[in-house]
Amino acid sequence: MFANFDFDVIGRSLHYLLVDGMTFTLTLTALSALGGLVFGTLIALMRLSGLALLGRIAGLYVDLMRSLPLVLVIFWFYFLVPYIGQWLTGASRPIHVGAYASSLITFILFEAAYFSEIMRAGIQSISKGQPAAAQALGLTYGQSMRYVVLPQAFRNMLPVLLTQTIVLFQDTSLVYVVSITDFLGAASKVAQRDGRLVEMYLFAAVVYFIISCFASFGVRRLQARIAFVH
Amino acid sequence: MNYHWNWGIFLEPAPDGTGTYLDMLLAGLALTIETAILAWIIALVLGAIVGVLRTLPSKAASWAGFAYVEFFRNMPLLVQLFIWFFVLPELVPRAWGLWLKQLPHAPFYTAAIGIGLFMSARVAEQTRAGINSLPRGQKLAATALGLTTAQTYRYVLLPMAFRIILPPLTSEFLATIKNTSVAITIGLVELTGAARAMQEFSFQVFEAFTGATVLYLLVNIVVVVAMRLLERRVAVPGYITGK
Amino acid sequence: MKHLRMVGFALAAAFCAGQANAEELTGTLKNIKDTGTITLGFRDSSIPFSYLDDNQKPVGFAMDICHKIVDAVKKDLKLDKLEVKLNPVTSSTRIPLLANGTIDLECGSTTNNAEREKQVWFTNTHFLTASRFVSKKSGKLDKIDDLKGKSVVSTSGTTNIKQLTEANASRNLGVNIIAAKDHAEAFLMVETDRAAAFVMDDILLASLVAGSKDPAAYAISSDAFSKPEPYGIMLRKDDVAFKKVVDAATAALYTSGEGQKLYDKWFMQKIPPKGLNLNTPISPVLKHEFAHPSDSPDPDSYKAM
Repeated sequence: MFANFDFDVIGRSLHYLLVDGMTFTLTLTALSALGGLVFGTLIALMRLSGLALLGRIAGLYVDLMRSLPLVLVIFWFYFLVPYIGQWLTGASRPIHVGAYASSLITFILFEAAYFSEIMRAGIQSISKGQPAAAQALGLTYGQSMRYVVLPQAFRNMLPVLLTQTIVLFQDTSLVYVVSITDFLGAASKVAQRDGRLVEMYLFAAVVYFIISCFASFGVRRLQARIAFVH
Repeated sequence: MNYHWNWGIFLEPAPDGTGTYLDMLLAGLALTIETAILAWIIALVLGAIVGVLRTLPSKAASWAGFAYVEFFRNMPLLVQLFIWFFVLPELVPRAWGLWLKQLPHAPFYTAAIGIGLFMSARVAEQTRAGINSLPRGQKLAATALGLTTAQTYRYVLLPMAFRIILPPLTSEFLATIKNTSVAITIGLVELTGAARAMQEFSFQVFEAFTGATVLYLLVNIVVVVAMRLLERRVAVPGYITGK
Repeated sequence: MKHLRMVGFALAAAFCAGQANAEELTGTLKNIKDTGTITLGFRDSSIPFSYLDDNQKPVGFAMDICHKIVDAVKKDLKLDKLEVKLNPVTSSTRIPLLANGTIDLECGSTTNNAEREKQVWFTNTHFLTASRFVSKKSGKLDKIDDLKGKSVVSTSGTTNIKQLTEANASRNLGVNIIAAKDHAEAFLMVETDRAAAFVMDDILLASLVAGSKDPAAYAISSDAFSKPEPYGIMLRKDDVAFKKVVDAATAALYTSGEGQKLYDKWFMQKIPPKGLNLNTPISPVLKHEFAHPSDSPDPDSYKAM
């Protein structure tokens, strides 16, 4: 069955795959997770703020992002971001935004919706006594959030957040649709140039599998370690 | 802004002779729904089986279920579709491979099966969570009454488990619909693909994608409302399912 | 009344803003001067116009022409340094990426036609080619009508897929049209028997066949979907100043004989990555075009000497 497959092509192109492709994928994952978490926490706070208008806007944003396929959102931002940049900076023509920046913006904004739901659940799971005690101690809303509520919420939701990051890691492969060279894109380019579809796609599948497997294993161990009853 | 707006583009004829650009988008929508439903049926059936496997007392069954779920969860959907579409026909005997490659509507079947298998892992996890959330007494009482394991699952555990997991299953179904868009990479011209084709032929980028966005939102609303009605109909009075 | 006054002010303001720019650099030239960079769009498998060599660097006939244009822009703007950024594009992203500012020039194998001229502008033509299809010799497909009922692939966003779609509808061929992301993927579909034929510009087909594992197994159809149509390098629409510079650069390049030298480099000599020689002498029509550069989208306007 595997007789006329040339698995050497993996070895020859390994450098390109790892340096160009995997670096992009990992960097995009890390930066999007951080950006999405920060932005998502902001949105979660907006929803829980008690101010009707803020809550509505945040709610609409989350519903919109969660109803649309990521592929469609990638297309939207790929073509739209330079126009937004033009509008924001008042330039006379759309500003140049590279593929990297556009995909980063896409993933941060998209994942923020999912991270915001996780953080919202986390914040709501903190017993009411905590913010009440903070208030009693004279801390402002901002201070009680920053020093009391959010650290606890973050720690409680860490396993879920990390699982969402693993999902994000897999979702970055979708930048393929706008021909950006992530790990899968790099494997695909080599596959098409050399006609080695089977070898490259199997290799890509194995690599994604190993990384995700190890990551979820790590998350499970982390979950066991930080679990505590409160 | 260097962009020429033309909202009337939806009513202009598309070059592939099937009608207007709006018809093109609607044809894509129909394909999206068909793929999603077929995939969802596969996901439900396989997911329920695997979910049950994971809760069985037998260690082998539990392990098989675990391996199945891990296999499909740890690979991106896009990579899985590529394996089914590009790699599988090359690994099987040449005659079968040729048949697979030249099957009419190959992208449709590949997408439905690929997405179905991917989602079945998630449905399996939900089913397992649902069954595990039932009070232990249920299973014990069933055994005390003399029911076999199969009967226990069929008449006692699964009916309640499914009602419990109906809300998360709704979001899984919505995820299935969204995941059909990944199939544009294997040539399925579903809604996102149709919007892309519309953009390529007419150069009206924003109109095309707005049309697709609106249609996805509509589908979302319809599904959420329908599932909520379903939840209310199958709810068991007095049980803590539903909101 | 207040409404009318507001409208009046808005119009006046817009008018003034427009006038203010009249004497300075506008559009792409202004952007290049301000940022010190110019971004070229390249293709990954449009051999030999714009494609990636073994080191994943974009090379090709159109790339060389673009670099010459960049030199001319640098001279025209009197810049000491002009950084050249390279951005990959596909047939379906090239026009939106040009319109939204991601690239300034698209250096590839883009057909210049009247419909596209509503969205973008082209500079002087650098090649002429007709739309044909390639298939495995064993299938014995030669005329367009032979494609009846088959699976045929073409690349998204090209004039070729549009011509195929229209021919399919008008001739009632019942063809199953598959859209591929780029030429390499489409050719692979024919190679692996997933599609019976690939519709594309004949020069690109010839290059793909020549570079394939078994060139003798393929045949290019004698039937064509169109007359030989012009390729042009794309730039943004309504950017009069930039077009002037680009047109002057390409005209100078072609009429001086350098154009012919570049042509020979890519069509009559060994090219990367595998060192194959396409051996395609310059056609009389293209020779005439180099002597009298034109950016016309009309295929009939290009005649042999």
